[in-house]
Amino acid sequence: MEKYHILVCAGTGCTSSKSDAVRERLHKEIKKRNLSDKVKVFKTGCFGFCKLGPIVVVHPDRTFYIKVEAKDVDEILDSHIGKGQVVERLLYKSVNNDEVQKTIDEIDFFNHQMRIALRNCGVINPEDIKEYIAMGGYNNLANILTNKTPPTDIIEELKKSGLRGRGGGGFLTGQKWEYAYNYEGNKKFVLCNADEGDPGAFMDRSILEGDPHSVIEAMIIAGYCIGAHQGYVYVRAEYPIAVDRLEIAIDQAKKAGLLGQNIFGSGFDFDLDIRLGAGAFVCGEETALIQSVMGMRGEPRPRPPFPAEVGLWEKPTLNNNVETFANIPVILEKGADWFASIGTENSKGTKVFALAGQINNTGLIEVPMGTTLRTIIYDIGGGIHDNKQFKAAQTGGPSGGCIPADYLDIKIDFDTLADIGSMMGSGGMIIMDESDCMVDIARFYLEFAQDESCGKCVPCRVGTRRILEILKKITKGKGEMEDLKILEDLCYDIKDSSLCGLGQSAPNPVLSTLQYFKDEYIKHIKDKECPAGVCNDLLKVVISDEKCVACGICARVCPVNAITGENKNPPFHIHQDVCIKCGACIPKCPVDAIYKR
Amino acid sequence: MGVRIEHTEEENYKKLDEIIDRYKDQEGMLIRILQKAQDVFGYLPREVQSYISERLNIPISTINGVVSFYSLFSQEPRGKYTIGVCMGTACYVKGAQEVLDAIKDELQIDVGDTTMDRLFTLKATRCIGACGLAPVITINDEVYGRLTPSDVPSILYKYIKTNKKSQLDRQG
Repeated sequence: MEKYHILVCAGTGCTSSKSDAVRERLHKEIKKRNLSDKVKVFKTGCFGFCKLGPIVVVHPDRTFYIKVEAKDVDEILDSHIGKGQVVERLLYKSVNNDEVQKTIDEIDFFNHQMRIALRNCGVINPEDIKEYIAMGGYNNLANILTNKTPPTDIIEELKKSGLRGRGGGGFLTGQKWEYAYNYEGNKKFVLCNADEGDPGAFMDRSILEGDPHSVIEAMIIAGYCIGAHQGYVYVRAEYPIAVDRLEIAIDQAKKAGLLGQNIFGSGFDFDLDIRLGAGAFVCGEETALIQSVMGMRGEPRPRPPFPAEVGLWEKPTLNNNVETFANIPVILEKGADWFASIGTENSKGTKVFALAGQINNTGLIEVPMGTTLRTIIYDIGGGIHDNKQFKAAQTGGPSGGCIPADYLDIKIDFDTLADIGSMMGSGGMIIMDESDCMVDIARFYLEFAQDESCGKCVPCRVGTRRILEILKKITKGKGEMEDLKILEDLCYDIKDSSLCGLGQSAPNPVLSTLQYFKDEYIKHIKDKECPAGVCNDLLKVVISDEKCVACGICARVCPVNAITGENKNPPFHIHQDVCIKCGACIPKCPVDAIYKR
Repeated sequence: MGVRIEHTEEENYKKLDEIIDRYKDQEGMLIRILQKAQDVFGYLPREVQSYISERLNIPISTINGVVSFYSLFSQEPRGKYTIGVCMGTACYVKGAQEVLDAIKDELQIDVGDTTMDRLFTLKATRCIGACGLAPVITINDEVYGRLTPSDVPSILYKYIKTNKKSQLDRQG
């Protein structure tokens, strides 16, 4: 038995910051130093603290090293493994009080978190089925199949747990399973929606990269419950690491006899296949996803009938999101009552959020439902970047809305978010501060929705374009007050008349910013000003008369020679009629005298 | 996307046949076949689409409907490296046009085109927000700033050299 285990993150974030090189170097050096019987190196899924990657954790002492490069490997082996002294310079320093936090248990970012869906991410090697089994994996499946547990018992347990769909809709999972169980069909299917298209969301990707077997196990159980013998995981082609690991996991499960014919000798057959998404946001909508799995254009159709009745090839189909599936083995293992004891009255369990934007600790977190936004931003996220003023948190991506500072203490769950005009969505959470313009954010999301609209229905295809035109007009300082009324009417019309969830929710970013940040819209329209300094057409680049030291650097970098002045005789002056507002002079000023306003 | 000048068309169609034969009896495999076909050809020209249409007995309109729906599919050949020349205002006044002309001259292609050897695709992009470095170009994910037309040949040569080296390595 080795004394030390070194875990190296191999999630997408850390892989991009070259964690592979660290791992290779570790392997090489350990061999060279004949440490193989003392130290073992593992590849793991995402720890969640992506900003500080590559992450390396040394067990048994649980030391948490950040930003590790290949050249640091020698020092880790010499001092930590050799002399038992941790390498101080690679430890995490708290952003709150600058104190060094040595182990994974001390770090602020991991406090307040509770990992259910992510329980194995960063703990096991996702490419080794034995490690998943050692964590108790496939145990439920074995019990269910060998004891021939009645499907209705399992569905009842799920209903009792109160688990709601983690893809964003929040529909009761047990209820969905029951519908799929009740509909008669000579063939049925299980689908896993891993088409995570929201900009700023990477929860599903991390689960597939860090713990693919939990999704596979849940899908087999789902198949057994509803009477399906074939499942499909629909993954975005843009997630190559997730696809690779899922393929490896399915292969290993087949070799172990956990997929295929006669699983555990119970007579139950179930097979899994991967279908790749080809880059269309609308395919996250279940009816569009079903079209895409069948190899066609991903265009949605009206519901009802819901897929549980008429789905893949017109057969009853159960479709759940990755995170929903990842919760299920734990619920069956620890019981519905345990799960229902976590969270709020109508939203049980935990939720994984992808924390990004103007926040110190970006990454992946999992918190109990009902955690306040303040806890997420300040205790876990380490507060706003550069100590700026928090303005809003955007949840639910292009279908969601924003939460202003007044609601920092709101307990986040499905219902509270819906009440304030946002939504849980898949779990992307973008934090914004005073330097973000809410009109511009609305424009950004509408640009996305307009681009990704499949075009099948007019309200979404034409409506989103009209909204975008008005928003662009406002950001260019050409808006009028009646535009706000038109915007609002358009939004409600599109919400009411669109065919699918994409169109029905596309206006949300506009409505929500209008609700909480109407003053910003009015400033853009009436005063032709952008308070956040984002909308370029409304800005002026100016030199502070007090600060300017007349060094002349700005005049030299100006691409259009808009800056004039006399060296050593402050201040210099920017001619607004010539200036193109490129901002090239701003970072060049040695005394920070130039700014946009 | 690797460069595929070492394969003849015939070989590519042989590969396409293998792909079609592997998947044609399974339902709903059109997207998978198109993805694999694009891996072989680098893009999906009309000929390939009609070939697949005939072999699978699916109308070409349906095939093209799928190809044009998903952003993963390209109906134009693409190079191994995509050069994006920022045409934002700052870059433009700092001489992006001259840089663009130098690249066009060096590679003998126009904006939106791809070189004969499928190495470079040239695009004029909107402002990428690096005005402080103007003029800026990107090659795949790499950013190059403060360029003059005379910098162009050496930057391009770096990629040509890397590519030649990998070709020689492949030939062993």
